[in-house]
Amino acid sequence: MGLVARTVTRATANALDRRFKAAGGARRQASHVFPKHHSFFWGEFALYSFAVLVVSGVYLALFFVPDTTEVVYRGPYEPMQGLSMSRAYHSVLTLSFEVRAGLFLRQLHHWAALLFVAGMILHMSRNFFTGAFRRPRELTWLGGVALLALGIFEGYLGYSMLDDLLSGLGVRIFSGILLSVPLVGTWLHWAVFGGEFFGDIWISRFFIAHVFLVPALLVALIGMHIGLVWYQKHTQFPGPGAREDTVVGERAVPGFVSRTVANGVCLLAVLGLMAGIFQINPVFLWGPYVPSQVSTYIQPDFYAGFLIGGLRLWPRWEIHLGAYTVPAPFWVGLVLPLLMFALLAAYPLLERLGTGDRGAHQVLQRPRDNPTRTGIGAMGLTFWGILFASGATDVIAATFDIPFELLVWAGRIGLLVLPPLAYVVVRRICLGLQRADRDVLERGVRTGVLQERPDGVYLEVRRPPGGADHAGRPIPLDYGGARVDHRPAASPEPVAGSVTEEQR
Amino acid sequence: MTRRLRHALLVLAALVAVGGGYALLVPAPQQATAQTGQTQIDQGRALYERACISCHGANLQGAPGRGPGLVGVGDAAVYFQVSTGRMPLARSEDRGYRKDPQPQFDPDTEQGRANLAALGAYIQANGGGPTTPAETGPELIGSDVAHGGELYRLNCASCHHFTGRGGILADGRYPPRLEAATPEQMYTAMLSGPMAMPVFSDRQLTPEEKKDIIAYVLAVRGQNNAPGGFTLGELGPAAEGLVAFVVGLVALVGVAAWIGARS
Repeated sequence: MGLVARTVTRATANALDRRFKAAGGARRQASHVFPKHHSFFWGEFALYSFAVLVVSGVYLALFFVPDTTEVVYRGPYEPMQGLSMSRAYHSVLTLSFEVRAGLFLRQLHHWAALLFVAGMILHMSRNFFTGAFRRPRELTWLGGVALLALGIFEGYLGYSMLDDLLSGLGVRIFSGILLSVPLVGTWLHWAVFGGEFFGDIWISRFFIAHVFLVPALLVALIGMHIGLVWYQKHTQFPGPGAREDTVVGERAVPGFVSRTVANGVCLLAVLGLMAGIFQINPVFLWGPYVPSQVSTYIQPDFYAGFLIGGLRLWPRWEIHLGAYTVPAPFWVGLVLPLLMFALLAAYPLLERLGTGDRGAHQVLQRPRDNPTRTGIGAMGLTFWGILFASGATDVIAATFDIPFELLVWAGRIGLLVLPPLAYVVVRRICLGLQRADRDVLERGVRTGVLQERPDGVYLEVRRPPGGADHAGRPIPLDYGGARVDHRPAASPEPVAGSVTEEQR
Repeated sequence: MTRRLRHALLVLAALVAVGGGYALLVPAPQQATAQTGQTQIDQGRALYERACISCHGANLQGAPGRGPGLVGVGDAAVYFQVSTGRMPLARSEDRGYRKDPQPQFDPDTEQGRANLAALGAYIQANGGGPTTPAETGPELIGSDVAHGGELYRLNCASCHHFTGRGGILADGRYPPRLEAATPEQMYTAMLSGPMAMPVFSDRQLTPEEKKDIIAYVLAVRGQNNAPGGFTLGELGPAAEGLVAFVVGLVALVGVAAWIGARS
């Protein structure tokens, strides 16, 4: 078996090399060095989730019918028997109950969509807090911001076009936000819906956008994103030998490739388990969309939660300019998210302007080593988190028995007070962590062993990582940006001269 | 020997006297058996005067600051409020939540049902109002689940959620979850419109439609109707997002830490 595989591989490789002169390039690329850190695999969560989305989505698209024509359900699902619904919703019921593996793949697709965006958020946070976006990687960052925005939009389109009662209410909100745009709102709404809400053309438009336009853009952007990472090489954490002009890590083949394949296989396993165990978006329980019906606990998927949170917190401030009215949803439905994404996209530029640091950086910073940036990041995440939590005020109110109105006010006040507080607190934590690192490097690791000096003073024995000089004083080490080991040495034996001038 | 016998007899006599006196003097528990007419109303009045009078007044006229008058609420309201444990209130407050009913009004016991009927008859005799249906249990479950679902989404879901998982109202009020409601309780709730709930009289929802709605609620509540696995409480995207982060993302970060740590 092994012999056959080797022979086939050799024959294929030789054939390719003879035709395309592939050996040289392949050898060079296989020797591409990848720095090793577990957080460098986080972006792949989004990448592999996207792959799962494409494959499962193709299968789902074979059965989904993007059509608003009304039909009567006569399928096996008893609680919908004889009800009128759009062909789109009907096809989803058929897909769920009559197509082999249909419900499983729908659930897989939906969980993958959630993890696609969640993975991007996690990956983006890692890049932000370690300064990976700095020159020369601004374009990679920009591509990532665009991917996040497009990913949210893509998810929203897919969630909406099933035409169930839950998502139909979301479509109504989208239509309302379009209408709220000053001057061009009505035109925008007509452009998307082809008329008044609800219309009969929007599902096929959402469908084309969801399965063709946005995925094509996503594929192009992902290609650019990964191409840039490959071409510019991955950033690395400071450590032995890791400098601006060297890369320390392992070769692409077999080291990195085997790890990334393992990561992808594990992701598929996690998604498969989730899709098999947890029911997600049971549209057959929500019912078909009828404008006169509504339920409680109406939320979008989590990635759009911050938008709904904003709409729930924002006061009813209408601005009347002569004959024109600027409705309240315009500010939080459109201006706020655009502003948030603009700030996210512009952050590398803003930081360069703020710090005057125009240099290229291949080596990352630990979050504690740039307290201002880490504080700003915490501020942004807190702001986003409060909006996000406010998107589920009804569920929180009912689950924890807190009056709904209280939560709205808590969100409004929290949105103004907590982000600056998070900045201050996180900044102080960073400074404290820096101080603790420097304390170890300058005075030594704490051992927990007390020693009594002849004059009766008790001192803690320290183990200076840089050793001690002839007089017993620790030799301070410079902090190079790498992790400092704070664990006390294995044996608490006092090292010669390690007793330092320690305050009692 | 005779002394010992005398003592034994004395003790026996004392025991008989105490036990017999106890049996005679302690009031018998309220017994109600399929009575009709005036007897039942009197019995209901007795129950009322023990359990309800302190808040609702001696003549059902209500007590200022404590409870509303009950003239005209009908025995449907009595059945709903008392059999779900909402009444009597556990403490003085302006809203009642579901709890275990008082044992004397427990709809699962013969005596509880009789007491509920008696109390209802007394209230019904004073001002009338919506009445508890004659059918019970399975007879109140309709046959057209889908039609019931459509009516449910139109009339009920805006407060009670797609599948009866409750929701919120203003001022810290919560429409209840429907997990524990019996067909009788759902039916009488629709008829009487308790708390903030509107009344759905037979002209708004016919008895057949009410039964279809009950059939729908029974069909979808709990883990029923969950072909896709664990329902996550059917709370919708809020619970799904939480699981995506707490289960999915945490598992993936763990996987990455494991893969990244292996050398």
